[in-house]
Amino acid sequence: MELLRSLAITGTEEVLSISGLILLLAAAWGGDKASRAISIAAVAVLTVCAVLTAPALCQAAMGPGVSAWNGQFSGDAFAAFGKLLVYAGAAVTLIVAPAFFERDNAMRSEFPLLVLFAAMGMGMMVSATDMLALYIGLELNSLAAYVMAAFLRSDERSAEAGLKYFVLGSLASGILLYGISLTYGFTGSTSFAGIHVALAGPLSMGAVFGVVFVLAGLAFKVSAAPFHMWTPDVYEGAPTPVTTFFATAPKVAALGLLMRVSLFAFGAQPGVWQQIVIFVALLSIVIGALGAIGQDNIKRLLAYSSINNVGFMLIGLACANQAGAAAMLVYLAIYVAMSIAGFVAVLMLRDENGAPVESIAAMAGLSKTRPALALALAAVMFSLAGIPPLFGFWGKFVVFQAAVQAGLLTLAAIGIAASVIGAFYYIKVVKVMYFDEAADVVRGRSDVAQRVLLFVSVVAISPLGYLLTKSLGVLAGHAAAALFHIA
Amino acid sequence: MSGFPILSLMLLVPLIGAVACLMAGREQARVIALTATLVDLVLGAVLWSHYQIGGPQWQFQEHASVFAGFEWKLGIDGIALLLIALTVFLMPICIGASWNAIEKRAGEYYANFLVMETLMIGVFAAQDLFLFYIMFEAGLIPMYLIIGIWGGADRIYASYKFFLYTLLGSVLMLIAMMWMANEAGTTDIPTLMAYSFPVKAQTWLWLAFFASFAVKMPMWPTHTWLPDAHVQAPTAGSVILAGVLLKMGGYGFIRFSLPMFPEASAQFAPLIYGLSMAAVVITSLIALVQHDMKKLIAYSSVAHMAIVTVGLFAFNRQGLEGSMIVMLSHGIVSGALFLAVGVIYDRLHTREIDRYGGLAINMPGYALFFMLFTMASVGLPGTSGFVGEFLSLLGIYAQSSWVALVCTTGIILGAAYMLYLYRRVIFGVQKNADAAAMSDLDAREWAMMIPLGIAVLWMGIYPETFLAPMRKDIASLEARLAQARPKGDADVQLAALPPAAATHEHGDAMEHGPQSGPEAQHEGAR
Repeated sequence: MELLRSLAITGTEEVLSISGLILLLAAAWGGDKASRAISIAAVAVLTVCAVLTAPALCQAAMGPGVSAWNGQFSGDAFAAFGKLLVYAGAAVTLIVAPAFFERDNAMRSEFPLLVLFAAMGMGMMVSATDMLALYIGLELNSLAAYVMAAFLRSDERSAEAGLKYFVLGSLASGILLYGISLTYGFTGSTSFAGIHVALAGPLSMGAVFGVVFVLAGLAFKVSAAPFHMWTPDVYEGAPTPVTTFFATAPKVAALGLLMRVSLFAFGAQPGVWQQIVIFVALLSIVIGALGAIGQDNIKRLLAYSSINNVGFMLIGLACANQAGAAAMLVYLAIYVAMSIAGFVAVLMLRDENGAPVESIAAMAGLSKTRPALALALAAVMFSLAGIPPLFGFWGKFVVFQAAVQAGLLTLAAIGIAASVIGAFYYIKVVKVMYFDEAADVVRGRSDVAQRVLLFVSVVAISPLGYLLTKSLGVLAGHAAAALFHIA
Repeated sequence: MSGFPILSLMLLVPLIGAVACLMAGREQARVIALTATLVDLVLGAVLWSHYQIGGPQWQFQEHASVFAGFEWKLGIDGIALLLIALTVFLMPICIGASWNAIEKRAGEYYANFLVMETLMIGVFAAQDLFLFYIMFEAGLIPMYLIIGIWGGADRIYASYKFFLYTLLGSVLMLIAMMWMANEAGTTDIPTLMAYSFPVKAQTWLWLAFFASFAVKMPMWPTHTWLPDAHVQAPTAGSVILAGVLLKMGGYGFIRFSLPMFPEASAQFAPLIYGLSMAAVVITSLIALVQHDMKKLIAYSSVAHMAIVTVGLFAFNRQGLEGSMIVMLSHGIVSGALFLAVGVIYDRLHTREIDRYGGLAINMPGYALFFMLFTMASVGLPGTSGFVGEFLSLLGIYAQSSWVALVCTTGIILGAAYMLYLYRRVIFGVQKNADAAAMSDLDAREWAMMIPLGIAVLWMGIYPETFLAPMRKDIASLEARLAQARPKGDADVQLAALPPAAATHEHGDAMEHGPQSGPEAQHEGAR
């Protein structure tokens, strides 16, 4: 019975792995000609998984009832929240990828499979309640991601991005693994519940080292400063659909992981990691903002923007309470919508021959030549900057409100003042598109799927998004409650 | 009228117009924009006519809890009513001013203006702390685009400066608002206005709000964005910037800083006096040496806004009422002056004062209106400027005679730079042939000038129309401030105030009587 129950809780992972294997066979038989069909099938699989996941979130599943495989894995509302965002990011990647790769004749039928396996790894990351399950999920995702970053084999920048990501990613995995082993050594357990109990008493120096190493490894995965160096290079070098993927799904999974580890596994000692998170948050905000100023490539700029935004999200984590976690999840959901809108818009920037346009200078006067696209990008920029009435403001709002309620007034004041630095480069992009003379480089047409995706995501980040605040708040509340249930 | 969501409708009309403008060409866009603003003007008139003077403090209340964390909550008192009236009055004139001047990307231009109108009305009508913040802050986007796209040569620097200055000012206010909502357990502005925050916390909260409002107002020394923004903005942009956007700072003080943090306001009153005195003298002197007409008027705005702040922080009824009237008057007068500059700019495409001269000969109609607005800016009795400045200075005189003395020099300097400007542009010989060849006002310009002229004279001759709606709100604010009021330096209460107070009660008693308090004082002053 226990086996059946566990199998039922990990249902989405089973669907993903089995359908992934079947599609792998299909890919081997069908070759690259079948890549479109396999992409469509993969999106269908992700949709099924999302449908399977949704009830756990809506019913606010939590506690031992949804814990599977002897406490290795939890199918609670928090995991469901993370998974839904991960699946959304993965599905968007699959939808936009074929058109991009086909131009270079680089579309391979493995691509959708890599996305599926990565999605499965990320599902494990947000569900893991044991250090080993966590590590397996993380590596499953990372291996797929390294290949995806280097997917344009003929492109030097793509190969470089893949290699950089691989080398630095392995280093971070090593640090994380070292932290896990230290934690295990000093607490005698790899399960989050066991670590939580073991850390409750007086803290040994070794355990502190374990916590620090685990957090450092995870900070790399969420691309928080000072472990952010890989982000701009990988975001710039990777093919744009893959960058879309990196900016959404793995970010959600890694942040979910970080939240569960900090708030649950290390939840008994918030004082130990809180100051680290505060430091990392402020540093990410400032470095993300300052680093972006000099960029002339829109993808690099968005990479720094993601560092900046992770900093804001970490302010929610620094609160170390349920309200902070819920705020962080709201921000995360909005951030995924903003990233999708941003990168889909970047994908639609193409010149006459259909080659991607990435330089900000080439976007000059976009509002005259392509007003709708410029409007969408302007909405993304103002939203990322957190200027009301765009929905990006709401993410910052809930996070800072949680910080104020938790008494972290200084952190909130410094963080929000630093957000003004960030506003500078966001409005610079708007300036280039709206105030400058038209460069008239962007002329390529984009397909219907991209336009639909852009429209939907821009509507979500427009002021209409505020109508979602109530339901989003309730769902994030369920997820955060699940995170704190056992703790 | 009860139950009909007229405020939401006033927000919705320009918004729909904005979407329509985005899709329309130049010809249709300006017609749509004019229609939308005129509809809002009519709605504003309906709003005023149904506003019960002396009725409940908050009227036309609407409430819908559709958001998490804050609510869609609207409602107005007399102070908000007057500022909304100012907004809807100036908007059609702005559209008129842009009628021929804007040729490129007209659809986007009018859409930005209409969005701006929605947000400005939203700021004054919001009854929820965070709804107010969203409206307050959102105005940055359309204004950034208006300055940046349709502005003059140095528009990009000006737009950045405007955006980043005001954003930095506002974000700290957001943190303060969150703390207040957390402390008081509500985001309802009327409730917060009666809530007593701990005095120690008030200091910090007041400073955070001050950071925002001082930049918006703008107060010296954070005013430097204003001349840049004004000079570079198109005429209508300047009108709306000077006419309404600057009033958001004053509205912020009167709605938030004073009633919510009375003790801190008293504590920081010397700071306000110091900055205001500096502003009055310094910016007036700067205005005196300007060669650019718009810059001159921009600096004069800073000086006038300083009179508003001293009046507000006089902690008495004359000061508060006077400040409100200065705000309304300055909204109309500075808007009209920017419009007047725009009229000749459209003809000669320069704002250099030296390029004009002797316009009274070829543009007599224009010279007449320019004269009226110049006099109103100087504060000549009979125009709107006099009523407000007189009341404000009277209010501050009761509190501190030194501040009153220094601020009064602003009136003298104001007369100096405005009359000097008028002399150089309108009188003298016609030294430039192209300026001499300019035609007088056309029908469209007459149509814009006449309502402004009427408003200036109405407010100057019969200010009771504008004092009556806010009298009760000002009185309750004065009562709220009474216990925190700092002691004045001159003991003038005994000698000077009873007659003034008596005239006020007289005015109260005769709500619609022909003789109002300030008028009586005005007579007395002469």
